[in-house]
Amino acid sequence: MKLLTGNDLASGDVTWWTGSGWSRHIEEAVDVGAEGEAIARAEEGARRVNVPYVIDATATADGPRPAHIKDRIRALGPTVRPDLTLKPADPQAGHWVI
Amino acid sequence: MYRYDQYDQAIVDARVDEFRDQVRRRLAGQLTEDQFKPLRLMNGLYLQLHAYMLRVAIPYGTLDSRQLRTLAGIAREFDRGYGHFTTRQNLQFNWIKLEDTPTILERLAKVEMHAIQTSGNCIRNISSDQFAGAAADEVTDPRPWAELLRQWSTFHPEFSYLPRKFKIAVIAANEDRAAMRLHDIGIQLVEQDGAVGARIYAGGGMGRTPMIAPLIRDFVPVDDLMSYLEAALRVYNRYGRRDNIYKARIKILVHEIGADEYRRQVEEEFVAVKQLGIDPPRAELERIQAMFAAPAFSADAPEAIDRSDPDFAVWLDQNVAAHKQPGHAIVTISLKSIGGIPGDASADQMDLVADLAERYSFDELRVTHAQNLVLPHVRKADLPAIWTRLREAGLAEANLDLVTDIIACPGLDYCSLANARSIPLAQKLAVRLAPRQHDLGELKVKISGCINACGHHHAGHIGILGVDKKGVENYQLSFGGSGAEDVSLGKITGPGFDEDGVVDAVDRATCTYVELRQAGERFLDTYRRVGMQPFKEAIYG
Repeated sequence: MKLLTGNDLASGDVTWWTGSGWSRHIEEAVDVGAEGEAIARAEEGARRVNVPYVIDATATADGPRPAHIKDRIRALGPTVRPDLTLKPADPQAGHWVI
Repeated sequence: MYRYDQYDQAIVDARVDEFRDQVRRRLAGQLTEDQFKPLRLMNGLYLQLHAYMLRVAIPYGTLDSRQLRTLAGIAREFDRGYGHFTTRQNLQFNWIKLEDTPTILERLAKVEMHAIQTSGNCIRNISSDQFAGAAADEVTDPRPWAELLRQWSTFHPEFSYLPRKFKIAVIAANEDRAAMRLHDIGIQLVEQDGAVGARIYAGGGMGRTPMIAPLIRDFVPVDDLMSYLEAALRVYNRYGRRDNIYKARIKILVHEIGADEYRRQVEEEFVAVKQLGIDPPRAELERIQAMFAAPAFSADAPEAIDRSDPDFAVWLDQNVAAHKQPGHAIVTISLKSIGGIPGDASADQMDLVADLAERYSFDELRVTHAQNLVLPHVRKADLPAIWTRLREAGLAEANLDLVTDIIACPGLDYCSLANARSIPLAQKLAVRLAPRQHDLGELKVKISGCINACGHHHAGHIGILGVDKKGVENYQLSFGGSGAEDVSLGKITGPGFDEDGVVDAVDRATCTYVELRQAGERFLDTYRRVGMQPFKEAIYG
């Protein structure tokens, strides 16, 4: 599957395209298929996202899993600060990316 | 310490106002990201893996308590309660919002700080010896010279768009604590016939193509220094390659035309530049030097230290250095707790260190390129009290220059350029080797998460470079580097390892060192004597 990701312009937060808007949570990301570049152009033009790009991912029972470790770390947060990840309650959060 | 005059304050304040307007225009859609990116980078604002990152300049690594408390306050109010001290003696905030940045810069400007010259192809923040003004072995305090260079380089119209970034270090001792010869220009202040002048090295650097800077001029008198540096930069600006980012640093130019030809061109340019009259009057250096005058040390400060607490004695032997003033000492505060994140300090820790600096170190502190902090002027009698407070805050690790005092860049946990994580590796190595660290002695491990070498891996006695091997983190190991006065570049051991594999390999290499070392030899000395082969056999079996 293909995901569209970028950063929120004002806050810099990592965001994921949900089909109708942007979410901080990769679980809500949808497969953009071949539409990623077009959505990116429109959304960046409207300043709803900054520096968007399309990545490869696989669908899993826990939601989309980015193919590359860099995007997995982007999705979750630094592996060395589980207290700052998006899954702070999950003690295994830091291992999810590897 | 240097204090801003009206001109310094005016240009920094004006820059804050200018950036506030640029941010407003970006948020309003009047600037595209392509238009805005170079503007934000000129103000130290990067877009990293998780958020915007703000890199704050700490000129020549010198701070006072008011400045560190301001950094702590920013960490608390605008970031996530911590900051990261870097190998350029700067501080990075990892979770900054674009909309907050003008306010943060305004707070910094109120305490004579900024984020200028921390990005872009300009002369970057000048780095120096963290023991400046305190070291017993220095010819003079290098910081007034570094400040003069700061004033010369800030917004220099000719050098704001160089072929590539440009890093300068200034030291004034034979012991090199600033990796001086691994800079684009390294300056060592020396004394000749009773006068202080500058020994100039040019064309050093790490990154993709590491080079040790060759000597360009043995002695530049103080009255010629700005003209000489202007000439050195002009030759680079004219001939440095702008067509290939990987060949754009001055080290490539000096290497390709040779040090002799580069020197010839600089000398020729110097004759022309000298006529321009850009060297400041001697009185300007003296004005700046007056602001770095030695504090009012107590002449009768006692030498005796109570060593009865064994933990304190270990810290004393490892983290406290000789001071030029009797009865005083230099304290290095390790930001390398075992299993912690190298260079990270919480806002509370910053506040504590600011308190200690104010109370015990004439309100001065320093940042080291090895990502530690320094209280430069401490009475020996105050050392037990300082240690007690550091220990309560988790800052009393007695590991300066030991195998657990690891330099590590933020790596793939934070950096958008990185190929592999550096911090978890540093943590695993520290935990594994901590029980043997004092037996192993001085052993500098340096880890970079990509070829840009922010973690100085080329200069590590043991260096580790993270690479991306088909989407999987892999680590190249090298031995024999040094950023000190015995400068050398590490050599790669052979095939790379996964994370656990490289920890095992380093562990085995240290065992080989213990087997082979002769009396008084550091790891680096043994490696240089016996060569790579015994280590290679140990780690590859």
